[in-house]
Amino acid sequence: MSRLPFYLIVTFLLVAGAAMSIHRHVQFEVPWTPGELRQVWEIEAQVNFTADGGPAKVNMALPSSQQGYRILTEHTASPGYGLAFLEEQGGRRAEWSTREAVGDQQLYYSVQALVAPEAREANIEPPALRRDTLWESPYDTAASQVIDRAWSRSADHFTFARELIRDFTDERQGENARLLLTQFDRTPLLVRLLNQAGVPAREVSGLMLDHGRRRQSLTTWIQVFEDQQGGLFDPRTGERGRPDNMLLWESAGQAVLEVQGGSNSRINFSMLSRNQPAAAAVRNQLADDTLLNFSIHSLPLEDQALFQTILLIPIGALVVVLLRVLVGIKTSGTFMPVLIALAFIQTTLITGLVGFLMVVAVGLVIRNYLSYLNLLLVARVTAVIITVIAIISVFSVLSYRFGLNAGLTITFFPMIILSWTIERMSILWEEEGPKQVLIQGGGSLMTAVLAYLAMNNPWIRHITFNFLGVQLMLMGLILLLGNYTGYRLLELRRFKPVTED
Amino acid sequence: MWTTPARLRAKDIIGMNRRNIRYIGRYNSRRLYPLVDDKLQTKLLAQEYGITTPALIGTVTTQFGIKHIREMLTGHPGFVIKPAKGSGGKGILVIERVEGDHYVKPSGARLSLSDVERHVSNILSGLYSLGGSPDVALVEALINFDDSFAEYTYEGVPDIRVIVFKGYPVMAMMRLSTAASDGKANLHQGAVGVGIDIASGMAIRGVQFDRTRHDHPDTGHELASLHIPGWETLLLLAAGCYEMTGLGYLGTDMVLDRDHGPMLLELNARPGLAIQMANGVGLRSRLDLIERQPDGVSAEERIAFSQRHFARSSELRETA
Repeated sequence: MSRLPFYLIVTFLLVAGAAMSIHRHVQFEVPWTPGELRQVWEIEAQVNFTADGGPAKVNMALPSSQQGYRILTEHTASPGYGLAFLEEQGGRRAEWSTREAVGDQQLYYSVQALVAPEAREANIEPPALRRDTLWESPYDTAASQVIDRAWSRSADHFTFARELIRDFTDERQGENARLLLTQFDRTPLLVRLLNQAGVPAREVSGLMLDHGRRRQSLTTWIQVFEDQQGGLFDPRTGERGRPDNMLLWESAGQAVLEVQGGSNSRINFSMLSRNQPAAAAVRNQLADDTLLNFSIHSLPLEDQALFQTILLIPIGALVVVLLRVLVGIKTSGTFMPVLIALAFIQTTLITGLVGFLMVVAVGLVIRNYLSYLNLLLVARVTAVIITVIAIISVFSVLSYRFGLNAGLTITFFPMIILSWTIERMSILWEEEGPKQVLIQGGGSLMTAVLAYLAMNNPWIRHITFNFLGVQLMLMGLILLLGNYTGYRLLELRRFKPVTED
Repeated sequence: MWTTPARLRAKDIIGMNRRNIRYIGRYNSRRLYPLVDDKLQTKLLAQEYGITTPALIGTVTTQFGIKHIREMLTGHPGFVIKPAKGSGGKGILVIERVEGDHYVKPSGARLSLSDVERHVSNILSGLYSLGGSPDVALVEALINFDDSFAEYTYEGVPDIRVIVFKGYPVMAMMRLSTAASDGKANLHQGAVGVGIDIASGMAIRGVQFDRTRHDHPDTGHELASLHIPGWETLLLLAAGCYEMTGLGYLGTDMVLDRDHGPMLLELNARPGLAIQMANGVGLRSRLDLIERQPDGVSAEERIAFSQRHFARSSELRETA
């Protein structure tokens, strides 16, 4: 019987689990520890316009995840307007529409952007060259002279763009540049000249992020392409490079805001920066429906909370496997300690321990009396269940009366499991004496406490909840443990007399 | 307090994990378990294979049937009630004699009929069976145990555990009940385990609570002279259980009856490891040796092989 398939499966589980976890860490910036703080920008865009009284349509560019930033959640507030999110020409846009709008209109859009240094730029297609527009005289000669001058001093598209923009900066403005600026706006003019010279370029709009600023507007930038590579230039100085605190709001060369059926339209921005725990930042992440991002976080919040507990159970089970296979501890009921540990999570450890011991002790006394009544097994265990419920109720009421609210959490104990524990302990007591009850009860309780400590560890909670790949690794680990033929720790003590002779 | 894995390995000791994976998991097919987990099935199978077992007085299968237990028991001076699917000696009630309306346990404790009925009722509802599934109660004749062992035991019947691996008897021990074990023959409850030489049926070594002993704690009788009569027959019975059940790693529990000689009491598909303590050596090299032997060898040849290879001399005599 070959063990090869076994080791293949284990290797596969471990590798796949690790790969999934690393993918989630790298691709979605889910941190390995829960304590890390992440900077999140909350940006609100306010659109104002005066409606003409008829139907109105507002089309606004929206930011996408980009180099340095990841878009988390977005909200809009626009009573009376229909809203649609569109993907067009490489950019995301929001379109508000209404049948009848009168007077001043205000539309709000807010977005949370996570500062993510590892986030990369989505692949941007260079825009098509637009050389169709003709220059009128005398601007045609001015334009070609400006282009020629910059061309002779440049080596490639990027140096050409830099030289061209510099020729329009204040200190170096020549006659030609001044003439052109009298007729055209600076940024569209520069884009047009670049296109004229055969350099793909477009105008994009960015928002400079600064904590607590209000009524900000977008700044325009020029994106120049050489092959598939893009470079961002400041149209005012000719400097290349992108400031760290700039969020590209519109990057498809389209208008930021288009309003039909209104006039006097404006858009301004206010922003706040917050540091929030990484776990919360992760939770806000938009869920993509890809297979690899198969994540609990795409579920509604209540179900997520449920899963947080469910995903911890393998950890508790692993503790049980470790203690039984490697240490050799005896427990009453194989996985009963895990359920007790789950109850401890709700009750906190001390309250839980005291409550557990009290319920079991009183239960044992009552169960001892029940054994004199000569009942059938199922009926007796049922009677114990009702007794356990009664004990728990009495303890809850008593602790409440004494002002100990912690006592109320005792209701989180799994009552059926407790009843079976009491039944088993009682039989153990009759057959093997109180010593075995102490050994097995103590073993169960110790296992439960260790499982609780593992399951209640903030780091373990964070890892199991955020990295589903860890479950595969746990599976692989448990399969490996299931193959362990060595001695248990307690056997080293048990068999010691043999080695002494 | 603690020893090292290396020293245990040097002594050939096998641990629970190794027993479970290498021997039970590999040689005991799960579909054969019911044959040994259900004592009624074992008994019927043993009769088929000509292996002697204690006489069956009757069975109780329904709660209603408990009402007839009195009629079943009349005329039998002593009897044993046990659950068919019990494990680890749980739920076994031994009644040594009947005095009027009272049933007397070996300890002298007296039970009324209703006590006995309650015990049977508990058995039927699955209190002692694995997983709490409903069970059947067996009533067997009391074994008239060989008087030569009276000095070696307290209250209970001493039984002999032989580990049979692929049909070869590999290790044996006798379990002597004590006051500490309440007349039961379970080592962890305080019974004395005496390692028995496979070749001769003589005692090698005695332990109680994992510590070496040279005499019985209650009777004070020394253990060195312990010798099992009809040893060859007993080994033949034990080895035959391999063909009977098909289980490769088997614990056979035998008793010696005054009139009928060695008898099969029950079989265990998950025999414990305490036998290594009683013998002072581990099972590992013996099991490794048997694993290298070919299949299809007759029981007599297997026993001869084991007696040749596993012979040991008593440690009790040297020290006594």
